[in-house]
Amino acid sequence: MRVALFATCLGDTMFPAAPKATVQVLERLGCEVEFPAAQTCCGQMHTNTGYRKQAKSSVRTFVDAFADYDAVVAPSGSCVASVRHQHAMVADGDRTLSRAVERIAPHVHELSEFLVDVLGVTDVGAYFPHRVTYHPTCHSARLLRVGDRPLRLLRAVRSLELVELPAAEQCCGFGGTFALKNPDVSVAMGADKARHVRETGAEVLCAGDSSCLMHIGGLLSRQRSGVRVMHLAEILAATEGADR
Amino acid sequence: MPAFPQAAKQQLANAQLRHNLADATSTIRRKRADVVGELDDWAQLREAGAAIKTHTLSNLDTYLEQFEAAVTAAGGTVHWARDAEEANRIVVDLVRATGEREVVKVKSMATQEIELNDALRAAGIDAWETDLAELIVQLGHDAPSHILVPAIHRNRAEIRDIFRREMGEVGTPAPDDLTDDPARLAEAARRHLREKFLRAKVAVSGANFAVAETGTLVVVESEGNGRMCLTLPETLISVVGIEKLVPRWEDLEVFLQLLPRSSTGERMNPYTSTWTGVTPGDGPQSFHVVLLDNGRTNALADEVGRQALRCIRCSACLNVCPVYERTGGHAYGSVYPGPIGAVLTPQLRGTTSEVDKALPYASSLCGACYDVCPVAINIPDLLVHLRTRVVEQDRGWRSTPVDVLMSLASWVFGDAKRLAAAQRVASWSRKVIGRKGTIGRLPPPLSRWTDARDAPAPAEESFRTWWERNRGGGAR
Ligand code: SF4
Repeated sequence: MRVALFATCLGDTMFPAAPKATVQVLERLGCEVEFPAAQTCCGQMHTNTGYRKQAKSSVRTFVDAFADYDAVVAPSGSCVASVRHQHAMVADGDRTLSRAVERIAPHVHELSEFLVDVLGVTDVGAYFPHRVTYHPTCHSARLLRVGDRPLRLLRAVRSLELVELPAAEQCCGFGGTFALKNPDVSVAMGADKARHVRETGAEVLCAGDSSCLMHIGGLLSRQRSGVRVMHLAEILAATEGADR
Repeated sequence: MPAFPQAAKQQLANAQLRHNLADATSTIRRKRADVVGELDDWAQLREAGAAIKTHTLSNLDTYLEQFEAAVTAAGGTVHWARDAEEANRIVVDLVRATGEREVVKVKSMATQEIELNDALRAAGIDAWETDLAELIVQLGHDAPSHILVPAIHRNRAEIRDIFRREMGEVGTPAPDDLTDDPARLAEAARRHLREKFLRAKVAVSGANFAVAETGTLVVVESEGNGRMCLTLPETLISVVGIEKLVPRWEDLEVFLQLLPRSSTGERMNPYTSTWTGVTPGDGPQSFHVVLLDNGRTNALADEVGRQALRCIRCSACLNVCPVYERTGGHAYGSVYPGPIGAVLTPQLRGTTSEVDKALPYASSLCGACYDVCPVAINIPDLLVHLRTRVVEQDRGWRSTPVDVLMSLASWVFGDAKRLAAAQRVASWSRKVIGRKGTIGRLPPPLSRWTDARDAPAPAEESFRTWWERNRGGGAR
């Protein structure tokens, strides 16, 4: 299957390990992965902060870059949710853009959705001998309803010990620019999340969004907790002999 | 009153408050989830609730007139109030006409919204709150911090101290040996309130619902104190927001299931009182409804925003909100705190003050509120909608650091070549600022990040560069 990768602006610039791992997993499963170089960002940061007009440039580059693909995969529940729920809102009033958004949005998938629903795979052949806990990020859980798909994928990873995260469904407090607009509340929420992560005794905190991991990871790192944060794709890409 | 970010910071510093809130909200969340889970038609009930409210709001003029006619026919009087000032004047005049100098009150958000107690006091009339939690707030010279549990921020020991200190000042004192045992506290409140119930000739209430076809008002509560207010006095004045209407008596079937399960986590609320006009020889002989607009028609005019008027004030969204759980209600500077307050208040009051402008941003957009709302108000989308309003109204005369970053980012994201160039600068900056891939300190406004969190340094090589280097042929 021919698949276009949406690396997301954050993945592209700050956390390339997640899109790289996504490529590895998809290729291992027989997909032909392309990276449309014209892509930039989904526009969520602008939309969610109230800069809807400024989000338009991102939405336009997005639909232009991915217009020719029937399957687009992104290692971010949040960005996919933005494509599905917000692009139409941003394009409102612009007929050409609205039509383009309507055409592409249903073809855009979050990684775990794509693996489980489109490819029909839960065992991606990964090996990761570590104690891992999983945080279901809000947009994956509540906007996309990915449900237990990521957990099913993780449970199929050989030698991985999955431990439950207390109060897993509570928001980590990242919230995009919320982290800057209300830093104190954001940190208070993140501190509880980090505490719960430490309570599990896990070596690795896994999630499907680099943005939330950046926030929780930033706290865990400041606390010198020794817990690593890894994107779901990175764990699914790990194989025997190439332990990450 | 400082805006949310600063007010929240003050509240966050109060460890006792955070503990009380986390305790209370997690208990009620669990109860709600349990009783909602019992119903296999919850989704349909929720849809029905939303649909009834949406229909009513789109035909509000008709239903309001129908309601007025029915109330009048049943021997009551309807008054129309455009804003808080008008509503307060109407109530003050009605109380004055009775010659009384005090009223008992059943908990009502609408009267808090218009600050009726202050208006009454200015007119020399004492207003006594009779809901237990509301009584605690009033005696503590405090403000409510939750829609349903106004004293959620107080624990039992604090309540005992308030009762001991304050009850004697305004009526029957608390016993000297009062402990913080809940039964003893309830007993003290009962004795204190009984004297007021038996003496008061005038009561002021709100209403949970108003039925257009019959002119009936409905109050649901847990303690029975409300029912005392609704039945004992000679004159009853109800202040009701115009969005409280439902068309038909049968519609209550839906809401009397949705409300208690969403609010207190009960299958049914202990007391449901309904009254229609006056009944000779039974209950209040003089009955008035003040129908309150106070910004509601402004909200109604907003296609996206109007869904906030579906709210039945169950407080489920507060109880699941991770932001509310940590800051409590006072930080919002609004009678309606939490997620619903963050979308309702800026619509009722407008978005000109710093407090009101900050409200739509008092959320991480996690979506938990939308999931639990029994009338399916899409609060996250509404927050985003109101943020757009705030940004667009401010544009042009004032540039915050965030504005500057946003415009720059918008330009960069408009073209992949610009993004690639920005990434090269970012990768290069890593050599200067990012030892070992982490940054401990960034300049303002990004210092708001690094004050408590490490930040990652930009990647040494962007994904895009890596791709070109490795799969150059495949890129387009
Ligand atoms: S917005 Fe919904 S959940 Fe919140 S108080 Fe109103 S009805 Fe309840």
